[in-house]
Amino acid sequence: MSYRSPLGRARGLGSAKQGTHHFWIQRVTAVALIPLTLWFVFSLARLPSADFEAVTWWVAAPSVAVALVLFIGCALYHSLLGVQVVIEDYVGSEGAKIVALVLSKFVHVVAGVAGIFAVLKIALA
Amino acid sequence: MIGPYYKPQMTSMLSITHRLTGLGLSFGAILLVTWLVCLASGVDCYNVIAPHVTAWYGKLVLVAFTWALLYHFCNGIRHLMWDLGKGLDMPTAEKTGWGVIVVSVIVTAAVWAIALATK
Repeated sequence: MSYRSPLGRARGLGSAKQGTHHFWIQRVTAVALIPLTLWFVFSLARLPSADFEAVTWWVAAPSVAVALVLFIGCALYHSLLGVQVVIEDYVGSEGAKIVALVLSKFVHVVAGVAGIFAVLKIALA
Repeated sequence: MIGPYYKPQMTSMLSITHRLTGLGLSFGAILLVTWLVCLASGVDCYNVIAPHVTAWYGKLVLVAFTWALLYHFCNGIRHLMWDLGKGLDMPTAEKTGWGVIVVSVIVTAAVWAIALATK
């Protein structure tokens, strides 16, 4: 028999009132990405040129820089949550699953920080 | 899902395509960040990757990403409607499914028509 208390056995296993948090943030970022994605796709399509000066000038505009930071942040957060579900669904062994989840989180955070830093460096130069 | 009892259905094909485009877009986001970091690093770094972006294979990848993004966008709105409890019956789900396919292809063509016309 175990000497652990019922509370000790239950902790860390249950919902802790966080059950719908993943689901909800996935939807909130999805809604935020509706206008951001439309803006991103059509802005890139309407860029007059893809050379260094033209793209730098575009990113440096304050409204563009803010929208890009929001787009990168929301897209990578949304991606992190989506990839997490795919890993949980398809990676069988518990060890590989945890490694994949942590790796995915690291990659997403690094990509988000790098992308936002790059935009700020160009915009504040 | 795949097994001896699975009969291919349009709705489940769209569902797995939503996941596949989502995964593809995660890689696309990393490419976008790489492009921005090169841009922020200066003209020399940018000019290393810029020729690949504008080459025929780069354009092909960009067209694929445009469609993947617009498919995930349209089908994502379909999912958000389901979350509101709308369009869950089979005839409507199949109708909106075809709508997602048609709209994502048309808007991809429109985006590239704009892109090629402005450059």
